[in-house]
Amino acid sequence: MKSLFNSLRASSSFKGMHWLVTGFPYVWLLLFFVVPFLIVLKISFAEAAIAMPPFTDILSYAEQKLTINLNFGNYAYLFEDALYVDAYLGSLKFAAVSTLLCLLLGYPIAYTIARLQPAVRNVLLMLVVLPSWTSLLIRVYAWVGILKDNGFINNFLMWLGVIDQPLQIMYTPVSVYIGIVYAYLPFMVLPLYSNLVKHDVRLLEAASDLGAKPWMTFLTVTLPLSRAGIIAGAMLVFIPAVGEFVIPELLGGPSVLMIGKILWQEFFNNRDWPVASAVAMVMLAILTVPIVLFHHYQARDLEGRR
Amino acid sequence: MNNGPARISKFSYAALIVGFIFLYAPMLSLVIYSFNESRLVTVWAGFSTKWYGELFNDQQIMQAAWRSLQLAAFTATASTILGTLSAIVIVRFKRFRGRTAFTAMITAPLVMPEVITGLSLLLLFVSLGQWIGWPEGRGMHTIWIAHVTFTVAFVNVVISSRLQEMDISLEEAAMDLGANRVKTFFTITLPIISPALISGWLLAFTLSLDDLVVASFVSGPSSTTLPMVVFSSVRLGLSPKINALATILISLVSIAAFIGWWLMWRKERQRLRDIQDITSI
Repeated sequence: MKSLFNSLRASSSFKGMHWLVTGFPYVWLLLFFVVPFLIVLKISFAEAAIAMPPFTDILSYAEQKLTINLNFGNYAYLFEDALYVDAYLGSLKFAAVSTLLCLLLGYPIAYTIARLQPAVRNVLLMLVVLPSWTSLLIRVYAWVGILKDNGFINNFLMWLGVIDQPLQIMYTPVSVYIGIVYAYLPFMVLPLYSNLVKHDVRLLEAASDLGAKPWMTFLTVTLPLSRAGIIAGAMLVFIPAVGEFVIPELLGGPSVLMIGKILWQEFFNNRDWPVASAVAMVMLAILTVPIVLFHHYQARDLEGRR
Repeated sequence: MNNGPARISKFSYAALIVGFIFLYAPMLSLVIYSFNESRLVTVWAGFSTKWYGELFNDQQIMQAAWRSLQLAAFTATASTILGTLSAIVIVRFKRFRGRTAFTAMITAPLVMPEVITGLSLLLLFVSLGQWIGWPEGRGMHTIWIAHVTFTVAFVNVVISSRLQEMDISLEEAAMDLGANRVKTFFTITLPIISPALISGWLLAFTLSLDDLVVASFVSGPSSTTLPMVVFSSVRLGLSPKINALATILISLVSIAAFIGWWLMWRKERQRLRDIQDITSI
C-alpha cells in the first residue's frame, strides 16, 4: 500500500515537472509568437486614423450593442494598386532566383566539404558559418563599397582599361541578387552538408563498379538522396528572402520593388498600421505553403527521425 | 557511413575556392579600408588608425554598443534557458496533447521574415498596453522579449541535436542508482550537453547583437541599439568609422571561433591519445 502511494506521488510529481518544463516555453511562444499574428489579423481589418495607436477599433460597444466593423478596404487596396502586386511578384522572383543561385553555388561547396577528412571538414564548415556570426548589416555595407560607381570593381575594371565608363551595378537587381546570395549562402550550405555527410560512400562505389559515370552516379544516387537537405536549405533561403528589408534598402534603388521594403515604408513613413498589417497578412498567406514544407522536414530532423 | 575521403574532382576544389573568396573578399575589403587615411572609403591614401580613435570618441555609437551588448547577454541567457526546456520537450516528451502545435511554434521563427515578426510584436505590445496597461511604453524590455522570442528557435535547434546524440543510458544508470529526475538532469544531462548550451548562448548573442529590423519596430525613444545607429549612418553613405567597427567585430568573432576550434581540437587529440594508451596496454 505504501509503495503504491509512493509510486503515485512520484508519478504525480513527475507529471508536474513535465507540465512546468513544457508549459514555460509553450506559454511564451503562444503569447509572443501566435497571439501577435491574431492581433495583426485584427488590425488589418481596421481603418487608419489620426490617433494613438493610429487605427480605429473594429469592435465597438454602444447602446448595449456590440458591433464589429470589418473593413476589407485594406485588402482591396492591395490588389487595386499595382505597386503592391508588383512588389509581391518582385519579392517572389528575387527570392526564387537567389535560392537557385545559392543552391548552384552552395551544393558543390557542401559536397566537397562532406567528402574531405573529418578534421578538415570541421574547420571549413566553421569558415562557412563564421561570416554569418558577424553582422549582416556590415556585410551588406561591404558590398556598397565594392559595387558602387567608384567602387572596387569599377575602379579595377577602369584601371585595366576594360571599360572607360563605370558600370551601373549598384541600385540594380544585380546588386540585390549578389547581396541576398552572399547573406544567405551559409544557410544553404549547412543543411546540405549535414545531409551529404551522412551518405554512404559505398553506394557511390557500387554505382561506379556497375559502370556508371561520375555524373550519372551523382544524378541517380547523390542528388535524390540529398532531397531533404535541398528542401531545408532552399526554404531557409527562400522564406526570409521574400520579406528581406535590409538588402533591397541598401543595395537596391527605388526601382527594386520588394514587399519587405513596402511594409517598412507603410509602417514607418506613412504610419498606416492597418495597411502594413494587411501587407503582412498577405505575405504570410503566400508563405504558408513553403513554411509548412519547411516545418515538415525540420520537425523530422529535430525529432531524430530519418 | 562516410569514413574516408573519396575521390574529389578539380571542379569541387575550384567551387570551394570560389565560394570562400566570395564569402571573405568583402570582409577583407572592410578590414583593409578601415586603416585608410582618406575619408573616401574606396580610395587608398595611406595607413592610419585615426578612424578607430574617432569611433571610440563617438558617444552615440559607444552608448548604443554598450546597450546592445547588455541586451544581447540578457537575451542569450533567457533564450538558452527556454531553448533547453523546449529541446527537452521536443526530444524527450514524445507524446502529449498539443505537441504538433509546439513543434510548429518552435520551428516557424527560424524562417519567419523579420518584418512580420517585428510588426506583429509591436502590435501585441501596443494592444497589451491598451488592455492591461503593460507594457506602458517601449524600450529595452520590449526588445528583450522580441529577441528572446526569435532567438529561442535557433538555440532549440542547437541543443536538440546534442540531446539526440547523447547516450540516454547514462541518465537511466543515474536513475537506477537512485537519483531523481531533477538531480539526474543537473548532474548528468546538463554537463554532457554543456558545449551545446555554450554554442546556443553565443548564437543567440550574435543574433541579438545583429538585429536591426525587429528592434526598429519594438524599440522606444531611448533604446536605440547599435545596428540602428549603424543603419542610419550607412544610409547616408560610406563611413570609415563603420569600417573600423566592422573590423573590431570581425576580429572578435574570429578570435572566439579560433578558441572554440582549439578547445575542440585539444579534446579530440586527448581522446585519440587515450585510445592509444588503452590499445598499447
